[in-house]
Amino acid sequence: MDIKKFDMGDIDIAWCPGCGNFGILNTLKKALSELGIEPTNLVLVSGIGQAAKIPHYFKTNFFNGLHGRALPAATAIKAANPNLTVISESGDGDMYGEGGNHFIHTIRRNPNITNIVHNNMVYGLTKGQASPTSQLGFKTPVQVNGVFLEPFNPIAVAIALDAGFVARAFAGDMEKTKEILKKAVTHKGYALVDIFQPCVSFNKLNTFQWFKDHTYYLKDSHKVGDRNQAFKKAMETDKLPLGVFYVNVNKATFEENIGTYKDDKSPLYERELNFEKLRDLIEKFKTLI
Amino acid sequence: MDKSPSPQNTDDISIVLCGQAGQGIQTIEYVLTRILKLAGYNVFATKEYMSRIRGGTNSTEIRVSSKPVRAIINRIDILIPLDKDAVRHVRKRISSRTIILAETENGGEVSDRRECVFIEVPFTKTATDIGDKIYSNIVAVGVVAGLLGVDLQLANDYVRKYFSKKSDDVVNKNIEAVKAGHKLGCDLDSSGKIEFAVKPEAGIKDQVLLSGAEAVASGAIAGGCNFVSSYPMSPSTAVLVFLSQHAKEFDIIAEQAEDEIAAMNMAIGAWYAGARAMVTTSGGGFALMTEGLSLAAMLESPVVIHLGQRPGPATGLPTRTEQGDLELALYGGHGEFPRIILAPGTLEDAFILTRKAFNLADKYQVPVFVLTDQYFLDSYYNTTGFDLSDLKTEKYIVKTKKYYRRYELTADGISPRGIPGYGQGLICVDSDEHDTQGHITEDLETRVKMVDKRLKKGQAMIKDTIPPQLIGPEDYKTLVVCWGSTYNIVDEAIRNLNRQSVAFLHFKQVHPLPKETVSFLKKAEKTIIVENNATGQFAKQIKLHTGIDISEKVLKYSGLTFTVEELVKRLDSLLD
Repeated sequence: MDIKKFDMGDIDIAWCPGCGNFGILNTLKKALSELGIEPTNLVLVSGIGQAAKIPHYFKTNFFNGLHGRALPAATAIKAANPNLTVISESGDGDMYGEGGNHFIHTIRRNPNITNIVHNNMVYGLTKGQASPTSQLGFKTPVQVNGVFLEPFNPIAVAIALDAGFVARAFAGDMEKTKEILKKAVTHKGYALVDIFQPCVSFNKLNTFQWFKDHTYYLKDSHKVGDRNQAFKKAMETDKLPLGVFYVNVNKATFEENIGTYKDDKSPLYERELNFEKLRDLIEKFKTLI
Repeated sequence: MDKSPSPQNTDDISIVLCGQAGQGIQTIEYVLTRILKLAGYNVFATKEYMSRIRGGTNSTEIRVSSKPVRAIINRIDILIPLDKDAVRHVRKRISSRTIILAETENGGEVSDRRECVFIEVPFTKTATDIGDKIYSNIVAVGVVAGLLGVDLQLANDYVRKYFSKKSDDVVNKNIEAVKAGHKLGCDLDSSGKIEFAVKPEAGIKDQVLLSGAEAVASGAIAGGCNFVSSYPMSPSTAVLVFLSQHAKEFDIIAEQAEDEIAAMNMAIGAWYAGARAMVTTSGGGFALMTEGLSLAAMLESPVVIHLGQRPGPATGLPTRTEQGDLELALYGGHGEFPRIILAPGTLEDAFILTRKAFNLADKYQVPVFVLTDQYFLDSYYNTTGFDLSDLKTEKYIVKTKKYYRRYELTADGISPRGIPGYGQGLICVDSDEHDTQGHITEDLETRVKMVDKRLKKGQAMIKDTIPPQLIGPEDYKTLVVCWGSTYNIVDEAIRNLNRQSVAFLHFKQVHPLPKETVSFLKKAEKTIIVENNATGQFAKQIKLHTGIDISEKVLKYSGLTFTVEELVKRLDSLLD
C-alpha cells in the first residue's frame, strides 16, 4: 500500500527540530502501509504530551483523549468493533506515570491492541521534569538533587504480567523499529513496544549517542518464548537490550474472553436490541422465576 | 401524630425483620416478598444496613397491603428480631400496637418493648429440629405466610424454586422449614391474638415486582445499552451486577474496570466505536469520573452515567442514602458544557428515563445522568409493569462520506456523528480544542465557535425536557416540590395529610429545568421543598434559573430518607 495514504500534506508539526518523534511517525506509517492497513480501518488512540500528538500528523481515525487514559479507551474501541486495528500511542509519562494503573490492568485484560510508548526518559511538553523512566541522578528544575526514585522498568513489568508481546526499539534505527512494529501489530493480543528516543530539548543525558552506546540488539539465539530468559534480559541495565524480549501466543484476547463475538462477528453498532428477550426479561419480574 | 390504626383489623401491615448481617435477612426479604406478590398481595420492601459483611444490626421493612404501598413508614406492626440487639436497634419505632414475634432470648429489654405485644415463636428451635438453625429464616418466611393466610403450596413451590440449584437435602429441609413455619403462623392466626384483614387481589399476580436497581438496569437494556464499565461501589453495584448477569442474553460487554477513571474512559471509547455505553457509580467513584466527563463534553461523545447517591463527603455513610450529589452531577467536570440530569421517582420512571437517557445522549452528544440513591435502588414493590409497545432504539449514527468532518458547524450545534469503519470518512476526536475536522487548534476564533457550538446543544435540548408531574388538585394553593426518589413518600404523606388545596410537583428531570417550572411555581400561594440533603440543592437550582425562592424547606440528612409519618408531621407543622 502507498505510504502517502497516511500523509496529512503540508501541516504545522509541533515537535522540536531533530525530535525522535519524526522518526517514529515515519516508521509507523511505513510499517502500517507495508501491512496494508487502510486509514479508515485504523484508530490511533493517544493521551497527552508531545508523543500523543502523533495522530494529528497521521491521516486516519483517531481518539486523542486524556493524559494517561489512552489504554482504557483503546480497549473499549477494540471491544466495540474488533474489525478495527487499534494502536494506543503516547509517551513514557503518559503511559507509565499518569496511566500506570491502566498499563498494568490493560496487560492483564489482553485486548488485541498495540501499545507504542515513546520513551525519552523526560517530560518534554511540561519542560523538562523527571519521568517514571528517568535515570537515577538525573537533575531537573524539580528534581534539583537528581532523581532518587527507582526508574520504572516497563519491559520487566510487562513480562511479569505475562504480556503476550514485549519489545523495545530505538527511534534512531528505523528499519529494525519498523520490523518490530509490524510484528507487534500482527500479534494477536496486547503488544508493548517501548521505543527509546532522544529528547533534544530537555534530556541532555540520554542523547542519540548515549542510546547508541548503551543499547544492543538481542541475538537471534534469544528465545522469545522463554519467560525467565526474557525477564533476565529485561533486568539488564548496563547495556539495554533492544528487540523482541518475549512472546506468548497462547493467550485468549479480551474480545475472545468476553464472548460477545463467539457466534456473531458483527461489531456492536450493527446489532439491534432483541425485543423478544426484553419482553421475556420483564415477564420474569411477573412470574418471579 | 400517628394516625395509623392498630394492626388488628388493619389491611396495611408493616413487618420489620431485624438482625445481624449474615443472618439471612436478605433471604427472608427476597423470598417473602416474592411469595406475597405471587399470592396476590401488594408488597413494598426496603432495607437499611451497615457497611459490613457479618454482624452489626440491619433491618428490612416489608409492607403488605390491600392497596398499593410504595413508601417507607416508621410504624412497625410486626417485629421479628433475629438477635438480642435487634429490639434495641428499632426501639424508637415500637409502639403499644407492635407485635413482636420472637424467641425469648431475642426479645430484647422489656424497657425497649414499650408495652408492645410479645408472642414467643420458636424459630430457631423449629429449625434445629429440622436439622440446623440455618433454616430459621425460612421458618420465619413460613410464619408470616401462614399468618397472612398464604396458600402453603404456593410458598412451598417458591421455596423449591428459590433453592433449586442447591442439593436435594437443602431443598427438602427448606420445604420442611417453610411448612413448619406456615403451621406456626396458621396457629397464631387462629389463636385470635393477631387478626389481619389484608386481602389479595387477582390482578397483582400479573404485575411486576422489582427493585429500583433492576428498573434502572432493565431501562438501560431497553435503551440499547450494550457496554457497561464500572468499578463496584455501593449502592450502584446492583446495576452492574444485573447487566453482567444478562450480558450474554443482550450482547452486552460488561467490564469491571481497574478504577472509575478507566470505567469512564472505556465508556467514551465504546461510544466512539459505535456502542451504547453506560457507567454506574456513586459519589466518590463519580468524583474520579469527572475528568472523563469533561472529555465526553469536549469530544461531544454521548455517555450515560447512573449515579446512585449516598451520603458524603468522602466515604461518608457507604450504605445509607442521601440526595446530596445533585450539585456534583451538575458542576462535576472542568470547563463549560451542557448535560442532562434525570431523577426517577418511581420504578416506571427508572425504566423509562434510563432508556431515554441513551436516546438523549445519542441525540445531543452529551453526558446524561440518571440520578438515584440507595433508598431508591434497594426498595422494591409491585406495579403494573412497563410500556413495551414503543421500544424502537433511537440511533443517530451516520454513515460517513470521504471528506466527513466530525465537528461540522450546524444551526443547533449538533454535528452528525460518524464512527470509525462505517463509511469512507475519518473520525477524528481530540480532548484539545479542535477545528471542525477534530484536529488540535490554538486558533482563538475557532475556540469561540466551538464553545458556542457546544453550548447551543444546551439550548436545543430544552425542547426535550421532561415536564414535572403534578399530583393533587389543579387549583392548589400550597405546592410541595420534590425530585427523584422521594416521589412515593411525598405522595403517601400528602394523601395522609388530607388537606384541601395541597398538591405536589415531582421533578423527573432536574437539569436543564423543564420549561413548565415557572408556571407551576407561580400558581402557588405557598411552596415547600422536600429534599433528602442538608442544603436544599434543588431549591438553589430553582432560585438560580427562575428567580423563585422556595423558602420553606423540609430537609433530612441523617443517612436515612423520610418516613411517611415524619413527612406528614413536618409538612403539617408548616401548614398551620
